[in-house]
Amino acid sequence: MHQLSIAGIMAGLGAGEFCSEELTRHYLERIERLDHRYHAYISVAAQSALSEARDADRLRRRGDAPALCGVPIAHKDIFCTEGLRTSCGSRMLDNFVPPYDATVVAKLKQAGCVTLGKTNMDEFAMGSSNETSYYGPVRNPWDVERVPGGSSGGSAAAVAARLAPAATGTDTGGSIRQPASLCGLTGLKPSYGRVSRYGMIAFASSLDQGGPMARDARDAALLLQAMAGLDPRDSTSADRPVDDYCAGLEDSLEGLRVGIPREYFTAGLSAETEEAVRQALAELEKLGARLVDISLPHSSLAIPAYYVIAPAEASANLSRFDGVRYGYRCEQPRDLNDLYSRTRAEGFGEEVKRRVLVGTYVLSAGYYDAYYRQAQKVRRLIRQDFVEAFAQVDVIAGPACPSTAFKLGAKTADPVQMYLEDIYTIAANLAGLPALSMPAGLASGLPVGIQLIGDYFAEARLLNVAHRLQMATDWHQRTPAAID
Amino acid sequence: MMQWETVIGLEIHVQLATQSKIFSGAPTRFGAPPNTQACAIDLAMPGTLPVLNEAAVRYAVMFGLAIDARINPRSVFERKNYFYPDLPKGYQTSQLAHPIVGSGHVDITLADGSTKSIRIHHAHLEEDAGKSLHEDFHGMTGIDLNRAGTPLIEIVTEPDLRSAAEALAFARTMHAIVTSLGISDGDMSQGSMRFDVNVSVRPAGTSALGTRTETKNLNSFKFMEDAIRFEVERQIDLIEKGQAVVQETRLYNGDTGASRAMRSKEEANDYRYFPCPDLLPVCLDQAYIDAVRAQLPELPDARQRRFVSAYGLGSYDAGLLAAELPLAQYFERVAEHCGDAKLSANWVMGELTAALNRSDLAVTACPVPPEGLALLIQRIIDGSISGKTAKEDVFPAMWEGAGDADGIIAARGLRQVSDSSALEELVDQVLAQRPEQVAQFRAADDGKRKKLLGGFMGPIMAASKGQANPAMVTAILQKKLSD
Repeated sequence: MHQLSIAGIMAGLGAGEFCSEELTRHYLERIERLDHRYHAYISVAAQSALSEARDADRLRRRGDAPALCGVPIAHKDIFCTEGLRTSCGSRMLDNFVPPYDATVVAKLKQAGCVTLGKTNMDEFAMGSSNETSYYGPVRNPWDVERVPGGSSGGSAAAVAARLAPAATGTDTGGSIRQPASLCGLTGLKPSYGRVSRYGMIAFASSLDQGGPMARDARDAALLLQAMAGLDPRDSTSADRPVDDYCAGLEDSLEGLRVGIPREYFTAGLSAETEEAVRQALAELEKLGARLVDISLPHSSLAIPAYYVIAPAEASANLSRFDGVRYGYRCEQPRDLNDLYSRTRAEGFGEEVKRRVLVGTYVLSAGYYDAYYRQAQKVRRLIRQDFVEAFAQVDVIAGPACPSTAFKLGAKTADPVQMYLEDIYTIAANLAGLPALSMPAGLASGLPVGIQLIGDYFAEARLLNVAHRLQMATDWHQRTPAAID
Repeated sequence: MMQWETVIGLEIHVQLATQSKIFSGAPTRFGAPPNTQACAIDLAMPGTLPVLNEAAVRYAVMFGLAIDARINPRSVFERKNYFYPDLPKGYQTSQLAHPIVGSGHVDITLADGSTKSIRIHHAHLEEDAGKSLHEDFHGMTGIDLNRAGTPLIEIVTEPDLRSAAEALAFARTMHAIVTSLGISDGDMSQGSMRFDVNVSVRPAGTSALGTRTETKNLNSFKFMEDAIRFEVERQIDLIEKGQAVVQETRLYNGDTGASRAMRSKEEANDYRYFPCPDLLPVCLDQAYIDAVRAQLPELPDARQRRFVSAYGLGSYDAGLLAAELPLAQYFERVAEHCGDAKLSANWVMGELTAALNRSDLAVTACPVPPEGLALLIQRIIDGSISGKTAKEDVFPAMWEGAGDADGIIAARGLRQVSDSSALEELVDQVLAQRPEQVAQFRAADDGKRKKLLGGFMGPIMAASKGQANPAMVTAILQKKLSD
């Protein structure tokens, strides 16, 4: 049962081959039995999941089944879930039980999804290896000595190890696409504003975007369909109709212009990753697509600009964690300053503190113009690069990450090495464009991801390209050897 | 001895009278039990996001139009970062580089009757913080977030004011404008209007500005005026002693009438303002601004002119009645119901205002409705009671809730006797008892007669237990004595 995609689950549930309660029980049993290997989950919601599954089964018997009725999924622990602890991977929120659901959670519930639990993640989504989590690292199901990527590493590992059919993730600089790439999944970061950020704990508000992490493009399309849409509670959510993401999945790619940015195939890219990506591009050509050499001249500025803007926003977003109203509070504060400084010193991990300090610094009087304002200018240039590129091509394709999954601890000593993991993914966040990563084969037994970047709100086109590629190849069907 | 000139700039925080908060749907009512009017957004729960209240924008635009200001077509909310327990997000959402209201001006009337134009630098929208409660918590601090997120406009003047009196006149004018627009209840006791005063002094006749201090969070006209006077004296004193004024923020204590330094310029926060990524820029087109302008209510100036022309009031009286919308509305309803605007004006400015002040009540909480006062005035006009009876007996009883004018007059037998045969009988009686005075009167010349006539009025009014219509008694007396 756990080998079924969401599409397969929907067919099985619809045909009465099994019910949601059986399926949910099966997944809960797997989590119970296997997750100690991966540590993909922070919280497992066994009781409520079974009760939701029974509700879904009742709805189905009544003939009132919504789109994803009875489909179990996992949520990244950054999405607030009513009555279910939402830690954001931090000691700061270890005791936090939200009294509300994030819009994404509410919409997926409405669509009939059952919540299996909350997945592990880098603390406050700050990290590319899932090693900054207060709850300990997540291990990659393809090789438990290696990282699953981050920050949505728990979601990626859960789906790859078949401990959930699919999961939600969030992506501020690559946090859906990079773990999807490292774990062999299809993960989509939608256009900024396509998915509501309400109830999704903010890291960098102008970059954060929630999206699906699934086994293939069709499953990603099914999930995105339920997640997307205008939300009156998020002023930055887009007021435009949601496309039908499944309708055009099989559209022909004949004549599709695929831009290949030359800046994405340079020194930092490992040879075997490049080879796999080139092979996937050749498959696209076979499907009728035309590869077009393009330039995104400001690509090298993406990481420096990101590491000014994201920490700046984070430094303000994380100010609310002050020990006054909820979350962690230090023992026996002597006075107000002691309450603040010890609560935050003890409640936040190293990487979070590093970014809060950087963000505070770049916004300070005397530094604002040199850093924050300059980074915003760079951001406009990067956006302009894409606008010009999309005048010539329909989608842009390249690697999702410089290499395959690395060993735990390999990059923890050097933050800059870690930051370079997101070298190909960050630009789409800065520009607000939709982008996905999907499997493009294996290198030394580890998954390689190819990234597709689309024009604004062209999620349907991205999913179409991904699905056609998956119809022609079987990379997405490979599973880690070790999982049962 | 050197003459000093005072230079004052004001920052005024005005709470906007919207139903809900500026970025959440929680209600803004004052006085609810602590933390019962704060929702997840006001508490800055993780993942919550602000959504701008359109009414707050409209109110700010109304204010801008009322002070003849430029309405910026694009304004931007920014985050002002600092830690304080009653600031849940750790930043205040405010506006800095791109405020909604640009430069404007307001005319104030000075004591000598002349007017002076005060320039407004800008006005911006922002959210209020909660309250820290330091009493009753045994050395701990309580936090009440009911007020957190209440919409404010902060109005910033140029340093155009030259005395505490000018600052007071300006503040009162501002109060009149925001209450007339209906964008604020203007209730100072509930913190609806708070002042920060920037004060410096310089030798009269010089143009360079002296070092200024800012005294913050003054929540009444009186405190504002007193704090300015205190600060001006303090600064002159320092300079005359050869010491320097230090640029600093000061806190005024209404109980002692003095202020103390809170923090110096060096200790000032670096607020690290940056545009709030959770909110879109506020973009207003001309059609929107025109639509708000078309619905702008009457402003105090225009109302004063109308009171002069429509009701024939003097300019001063009209100004007093027109300044505050609730009083102006009260007056107009009284005048409309009783038909005598001047008498209505006298009553509203006289007895009514005095009674309100004695009870420390706003006119909106007046126990006597305008229709009730109008009825009382009608009873004076139709001669049922004298003005004296109205003031001394009927109005106080109405104030105490004893019923309407007619009921009180009837219940207490206050109706004045206007029946001419009854009055003639009374006059005859009194004259018959005083033949000598009658003879004296008849022998006197016109000048003395007026005074002697008063000698009969007293006993007649006494015999009628004060209910005789004085005008009729005078007429009857004159007729009888000249017979």
